[in-house]
Amino acid sequence: MTALLVPLVTGAAVAFWICGPIMVAAAVAMVLSRKAVYSALYLALVMVNLAIIYASQDAPFLFVVQIIVYTGAVMMLFLFVVMLIGVDTRGTLVEKVKGHTPASVIAGIGGFILLAIAIGRGLVGPAIGVEAANQKYGGNVQGLAALLFGQYVLAFEATSALLITAAVGAMVLANVERLTPKFDQTARAKARIEEYATKGVHPGPRPSSGVYARHNSITSPALLPDGSVSPDSVSAVLVQRSGLSDAVALAAPAKEAFAALDVAQGEDEEIL
Amino acid sequence: MNPNFYVVLAAILFAIGIVGFLIRKNALVVFMSVELMLNASNLLLVTFSRVHGNLDGQAASFFVMVVAAAEVVVGLSIIVMIYRARQSANVDNENLLRY
Repeated sequence: MTALLVPLVTGAAVAFWICGPIMVAAAVAMVLSRKAVYSALYLALVMVNLAIIYASQDAPFLFVVQIIVYTGAVMMLFLFVVMLIGVDTRGTLVEKVKGHTPASVIAGIGGFILLAIAIGRGLVGPAIGVEAANQKYGGNVQGLAALLFGQYVLAFEATSALLITAAVGAMVLANVERLTPKFDQTARAKARIEEYATKGVHPGPRPSSGVYARHNSITSPALLPDGSVSPDSVSAVLVQRSGLSDAVALAAPAKEAFAALDVAQGEDEEIL
Repeated sequence: MNPNFYVVLAAILFAIGIVGFLIRKNALVVFMSVELMLNASNLLLVTFSRVHGNLDGQAASFFVMVVAAAEVVVGLSIIVMIYRARQSANVDNENLLRY
């Protein structure tokens, strides 16, 4: 990217000075946030900005792979695991070793100085740029393909073996062996008949909820033929939440209406 | 764009990754710090690819991404397994190897 926007300012410089500070701030926020889910989202922000910097450095293939593989796959995997176990934030700030945090920060600063000096010494002169290398095979993707399927084909095949091994390993690690036999349909039916034989519990389905003139929700209990309330007709969870509603009161309007009908019918018969 | 700036940025990100790896207790955030360090090294590989004018650095960066993806899969399943056994993702609690 050598297109000049304004004199001496290139697109790469604009991308760097916008994305660089955002990345550093998001990385610090990732380390400092108490909740793991915020850390994961800040890390995703770092990775997206890094992808933009790749694009500004003439690496369009890595730009796309960074977004698909890192922000798409890896960070979503992180978020899944955070959903599974990340609620645990107890004791995150308790130091087990005295002076651990300041020592760590000093180690980080020392590491930064060492890295910056040691790697900075590897730089010789201004950047050549990869435009020529990109154009050799007609593009960045073609150039990388020529490398991956030519010079580095063995390493490329090894990574495929690595990925397969990782997938199998994850399945083996995440698999939980069943300690008790599965409670399947046959076992369920047997248990039901067993209960009928020993305790006399009705083996068939339970009665459905009551249907009244003004109410037919699943929270209204049904009335048995003898006029008593059937507690089995309402789910135990609903009873625990809001109690059993009064079925006799629910049936009262219908009874009143029938009584009024009877009276009206009697009057009609008298006229006739 | 002077490659020195990219080197400094990568070093800053790597150092933040080191600090996060050292001070955080949640195994997931520790793992995210490792990912941050891998990303910082990727940035360096891409930068040096541009400095030297060939694509080998970008190919190496691609391999780092593949290995990181495999590492995340195995690492996260280990964290989930430990959480199942200990009901905790705190790295300070994993001390069985000490005794």
